[in-house]
Amino acid sequence: MADSSNASSQKFDTERLVFNLQRVNCAGCVGKIERAVRQVSGVEMATVNLADRTLAIQGKADAADVAAAVEAAGYGAEVVHTSARELRERQREEQLQHYHQLLWRCALALGLGVPLMVWGLITGDMGVGSATQQLAWGLVGLATLAVLIFCGGHFFSGAMRAFRHHSATMDTLVALGTGTAWLFSMVVVALPQLLPESARHVYFEASAMIIGLINLGQALEVRARGRTSAAVEKLLQLQDATARVVRDSEEVDVPLEEVQVGDRLRVRPGEKIPVDGRILEGSSTVDESMLTGEPLPVKKDKGDNLSAGTLNKNGSLLFEAEKVGAETRLAQIIEMVKNAQSSRVPIARLADTISSIFVPAVMVFAIIAALFWFNWGPDPRAAHTLVVLTSVLIIACPCALGLATPMSVMVGVGKGAEHGVLVRNGKALQQASDLTTLLVDKTGTLTEGAPKLTDIETDGDADELLSLLASLERRSEHPLADAVVDAARDRKLDLYDAEDFEAVTAHGVSGRVNGQQILLGNRKLMVREHIELGRWQACAEALSAKGRTAMYAAVDGKLAGVIAVADPIREDAKEAVARLKRLGLRIEMLTGDNRASAEAVARQLGIEQVHADLLPEDKEKIVGELQQKGARVGMAGDGINDAPALARADVGFAMGAGTDVAIETADVTLMRSSLHGVADAIELSKATLRNIKQNLFGAFIYNTLGIPIAAGALYPLTGMLLSPVIAGAAMAFSSVTVVSNANRLRLFKPSSVAGNSEEAK
Amino acid sequence: MLDILVNLLGLGLIAGIVWWFWLAPKRHQSKAVEAQDKLRIVARDGVYEPDRIRIKAGEAVTLHFYRQDPTPCAEWVLFPDLEVSAQLAVNEETPVKIPATESGEYPFHCQMQMYRGTLLVE
Repeated sequence: MADSSNASSQKFDTERLVFNLQRVNCAGCVGKIERAVRQVSGVEMATVNLADRTLAIQGKADAADVAAAVEAAGYGAEVVHTSARELRERQREEQLQHYHQLLWRCALALGLGVPLMVWGLITGDMGVGSATQQLAWGLVGLATLAVLIFCGGHFFSGAMRAFRHHSATMDTLVALGTGTAWLFSMVVVALPQLLPESARHVYFEASAMIIGLINLGQALEVRARGRTSAAVEKLLQLQDATARVVRDSEEVDVPLEEVQVGDRLRVRPGEKIPVDGRILEGSSTVDESMLTGEPLPVKKDKGDNLSAGTLNKNGSLLFEAEKVGAETRLAQIIEMVKNAQSSRVPIARLADTISSIFVPAVMVFAIIAALFWFNWGPDPRAAHTLVVLTSVLIIACPCALGLATPMSVMVGVGKGAEHGVLVRNGKALQQASDLTTLLVDKTGTLTEGAPKLTDIETDGDADELLSLLASLERRSEHPLADAVVDAARDRKLDLYDAEDFEAVTAHGVSGRVNGQQILLGNRKLMVREHIELGRWQACAEALSAKGRTAMYAAVDGKLAGVIAVADPIREDAKEAVARLKRLGLRIEMLTGDNRASAEAVARQLGIEQVHADLLPEDKEKIVGELQQKGARVGMAGDGINDAPALARADVGFAMGAGTDVAIETADVTLMRSSLHGVADAIELSKATLRNIKQNLFGAFIYNTLGIPIAAGALYPLTGMLLSPVIAGAAMAFSSVTVVSNANRLRLFKPSSVAGNSEEAK
Repeated sequence: MLDILVNLLGLGLIAGIVWWFWLAPKRHQSKAVEAQDKLRIVARDGVYEPDRIRIKAGEAVTLHFYRQDPTPCAEWVLFPDLEVSAQLAVNEETPVKIPATESGEYPFHCQMQMYRGTLLVE
């Protein structure tokens, strides 16, 4: 073990450092920089690449010294950090190496342990009687010692080190268990006369087998753990290792880490976008599903933003890098996922407390149990005492307890990222699993968020009226005005200049268009201007009842007609609401709109409760009121306007876009603005919590059953004590089981995709 | 005679365990870090060295973890109260950024809480 770590640290000492150079523009600079850098101690080789303005050095030099040397020569240098990918690859190599090492140790230990055990089972003769046996077992004992040192040395050194720090780990238990068995056996071999004849039994096979099995368990665990981080792995693989930078009208492939802000990059069809940026030339459709969960490719034109990790489908794009490295959205998502994956879940607090006192408690219990057998147990007492002591120490597994939650959270959070659900931390994950009420902001979540003109009722020419109204509304900044103007544009109507434009707050607008006096607004405006509503009032009320916002239009003092604007309901909203209801949530709608139109939307979606006519600050109050009534409240909103309500809610779901603000503050960020994301998040959190509970339950049961059995609780029934070898096997596989169960979460599918709700329940 | 001796030995061991692991005042290796300093924390054989780190309140600090233990236990270091975590590379220094925080004691540990340490912000 010591050898391997030395070898690998040497390997990394002579590493390759890459610097980005500044102010380098001629071939003459190359030699100057290379000469300067070679003076720095530790540098074995230095090469400047003029094309991509980088300096690569080989050797054990300090990066700061190199940078200083370059600066002294009159240039700038900045070290390029190894990419997360490279780090991971190295990590994986290390892991693989560690895995093979564990397997080797396991094979060696079992190579000694299994024949010994078979010998014991066949001949039944593990006792020390004659001098020949003494000699033979003495040699076996020495071989076992070699196994303990070579295959289990890390347990002993770990235990020693932890002991000096007043702490005890799993290593402590393994070292004590195997060490005690070996010591006892050696005493039997060396001084058999100390013990009664029936107790002259050796346990070398137990020591060797336990070491072998625990190494095997750890090896399997390393394998299983590798899979738990598959989600982050997938995100990391969204970026290729190189990017095609356009420099001096030539396209050069450079390593991704060396791309700088302001570089112009070329992406061909079928290639991944390497960094965040803005399109300079070309248009294409881009598949963003990996970041947003949105299955349909998005059309991108000049000036549009591109995100690193998305896939360019069919056009060639030239774009300018705006964010690189850790600044890209992809990198931030990865960072957030990684942080959330390792955050604490409140449910695990008990397990955490237990595992912090677990090992010493087990040691105390083992001694008590051993003393019990020593004082009151049947003969051979010494042998029983030893078996009980060893078995209890070995079977107790703090790992399963400690691993139960983190493994599930790791897989669960990663799975969420795959579906465009970013969970901030373990606490949010847990709280999302037992919400009772979900408040949903109407605009942008249930509806498109962009009102559209739905009706235009007039006795005269509809287009003529619309063009007059649009000409007027063009001057207005009201959100509804856009709907009117857009409708006129869609119909390709000519617009006029408006004069004397006036916006009357809470009433409407007025002005002169094409020599005519135009009024557009609600009933109050018409009453104020003394205009008869006549039969149009019934028409407007009918439209309002459908949830549309109706406005009266008057031309030259006479009512000309009624137009209605509505925010269309999102196609997927109804299905998502149904899914949320199936998950047992009560859904309430929040909106600043008037009650009639809000209730119309609610009716169509099957939402029972509506809070209408709200001011932004009311939303937070409603959250608070519900919480006081004992509800556990989730709030889904856009993350910017609803920020206080999102923060107040037990779980705030920030919808859509994944803006930086939302990622910073919300408990759960949904990369697409569909309510299905909320349902996915809740289903996922329920599945994860269930998995955690299974793991915790399993670990508790394992330890609470295993330890008494190892202490001999079943002896009165079976007349046998649990063999330390079996204890070792049980312990080794308990943590593998926990990790494997957590891996089962990787099969999670949201119910909309799976096609039925039972699957993820 | 032997019986009494063994029993006494056992009870003595229990007392020793309780005292050493729970009651004994924990002697920690503690180190203070200024914002501009570079502190290396070695993760090896089940312990962080040093395992008690003092930093100033309201200053962001970067800690450098050097993991020498290839077992998966040591792979992550978590500061649960600060929502900071990092995956540590083997035989390499991994910088871990600690944001400016209020004073207090913040434990940090590996996923299974076998490696443990305390960050003292004062």
